[in-house]
Amino acid sequence: MITFVKEFKKQATRLTGDLRHRSLIQTALKKYEVIRGAKQAKFQDWQVARQAAAETKWEAINHLDKYLLEFSQKLEARGTHVHWATTPEQARNIILKIVRDKKARSIIKSKAMTAEEIHLNGALEQAGFEVVESDLGEYIVQLRHEAPYHIVFPAMHLSRGEISDLFQRELGSAPTDNPEELTMIARRALRNKYITADVGITGTNFAIAETGMVSITENEGNARLTAALPKTMISLLGIEKVLPRLEDLALFLPMLATAGAGQAITGYNTMYGGPRQPGECDGPEEFHVVLLDNKRTFLLADAEQRDALHCIRCGACLNVCPIYRNVGGHTYGTTYQGPIGSVITPHLRGLQDWKHLSNASSLCGACTETCPVKINLHHHLLQNRRNAVSQQPVWWEKLAFKGFAFLVNRPWLYDLGKKLGRIGQVFHPIVKGTVFDPARNWTRTRELPELAPQSFHELWKERK
Amino acid sequence: MSERDAILGRIKEALKISAPVPGEHDHHAPAAGDLRDFSKWLPRVGSDFVEQVELFRANSVELKTDFRLLDSAADVIRDLEELRVGNGWQGLISHSGKLTDAALAKIELPVLITDGGYDVNAMEKCDAGVTECDFLVAQTGTVVITNRSAGGRALSVLPPHHVVIARREQLIPDLPTAFALLKKKYAENYPSMISLVTGPSRTGDIERILVLGAHGPKKLTVLCY
Repeated sequence: MITFVKEFKKQATRLTGDLRHRSLIQTALKKYEVIRGAKQAKFQDWQVARQAAAETKWEAINHLDKYLLEFSQKLEARGTHVHWATTPEQARNIILKIVRDKKARSIIKSKAMTAEEIHLNGALEQAGFEVVESDLGEYIVQLRHEAPYHIVFPAMHLSRGEISDLFQRELGSAPTDNPEELTMIARRALRNKYITADVGITGTNFAIAETGMVSITENEGNARLTAALPKTMISLLGIEKVLPRLEDLALFLPMLATAGAGQAITGYNTMYGGPRQPGECDGPEEFHVVLLDNKRTFLLADAEQRDALHCIRCGACLNVCPIYRNVGGHTYGTTYQGPIGSVITPHLRGLQDWKHLSNASSLCGACTETCPVKINLHHHLLQNRRNAVSQQPVWWEKLAFKGFAFLVNRPWLYDLGKKLGRIGQVFHPIVKGTVFDPARNWTRTRELPELAPQSFHELWKERK
Repeated sequence: MSERDAILGRIKEALKISAPVPGEHDHHAPAAGDLRDFSKWLPRVGSDFVEQVELFRANSVELKTDFRLLDSAADVIRDLEELRVGNGWQGLISHSGKLTDAALAKIELPVLITDGGYDVNAMEKCDAGVTECDFLVAQTGTVVITNRSAGGRALSVLPPHHVVIARREQLIPDLPTAFALLKKKYAENYPSMISLVTGPSRTGDIERILVLGAHGPKKLTVLCY
């Protein structure tokens, strides 16, 4: 479908020229670069840690059937209900059934990109349930009826002034440009929601096969409250989240925090192995875990790009990506933005519709270098390009390359072309930038380099 | 066929073709030694108690945790009294335990106990939650708690101030040690919640500016003796 490409180009053009947006993103990400660099330098050997993490995820993903089964059986043994969903619709229906059975009136939710992926909030609201996002950034974008701008920092594109306006409008609070006061407004607004909610929904960062636990990473404490107070808890996760052993977290928790936010470790990392057990004083009476496939098994079948399932959603590749930094998160039009989003979205939503994301790359490799689990990101972008073309060849591209081959195989013709080009560029300024300019797509935003007065070939001849 | 079997079936089918080994595409020299010995790659930790406690202290300063290394149980009682006055506490909530019982025995405040259940609205009104913990991790300034060691899931996160009482021997060097010890302590029957608490609740969601007390405690105090 052409509309996804058109929309992408339209938004990208608009945002690259939006100086306010650029300065907001550049400031935030420069700060990230500095603190991340400092935290990464504290590792005795970051490169070996990356290799260890990559090998651990490789082991998990390449034995996914074994570890998923172990994970689900361990959870069930302690009274957790484990559900399996092939499609987003199945996952939504499973969750809808649980909240209907519980006759829930209100639902509190902590951050979950998988829930964005299946458009869970929309489905719950349509069915008449109130869902409140409790992560501050997610709460802000929910109030704006927007998708998260970034998988880790959902409201990175907003200034405090815009957030203050939003809170005045939606919550009737007094205007302030103090981030602390703004945070306290949200804290007060959400406090009671935790206590009155019947159901809590969370995402999951890691699924520990060995012990049957979901591990949730957060800074605010909202996920811990979501998992402590409501009578029913639901955790949603993609099937790729598995880690084999509990002690793997000793490596993954600090690496996720360092790569994702420049923290040594995130504020709260909490593992849940079941509902309230005998002798425990609180916690949900029921715990449901929903495992989502949503085409991850298709990606798994592509051995060349299977390592894209190693992703721990730290967002580091977004942060360092020159494309993301210029076009921003919403431009992608996907749940997962940046390089990892460009790699996996064609697998999740169709290659032909989303191949343009793999073309929107400078192939600089910053993403591959920064990835804590060593996903071969920029090569996967190239592979997507190759696959898209071999699946659906473009006639004019084929023709252009045939013409190019014809030209370069005939030195006399190539020489003639150069000579004509040198004459042509004398007259180029007359049409430059106008509709008559044959190089218009280039010269609209850039200078066309001049042809050298003599080619290498000619210089070489003269030297003799 | 159930969805479970369908998904597992597709996985088995997909895995018939093997994937390239990890890290093949980059050219860092292979590591000497066992890759799984994470302690060797993670940030360095001193070898003795003095160095480790200094590291925990330095991390606490950065995290804005109020960490106090004390000499005796009497010091804990004195510091709690100071905190009560300084913060104007009206009511506390805690759980029964050797350290918490001793520390709160003489405090002149109503103290709710979470053992066996509690009223969440009453907990919400408390000024601070006082708990024990499993370990203190020097490497990251982390307090490791479980719902078994720290009076449930909510006590350490709902009240605006979390006070941890710990003994010096609970200080351990690093994260790999923490998980090894958790396994040793609980492998027979894990608590339903294990949490690694590192500093008070925080957010950077507004212009990446750090704010403490987003939803959880605004203050975290660790009294260690």
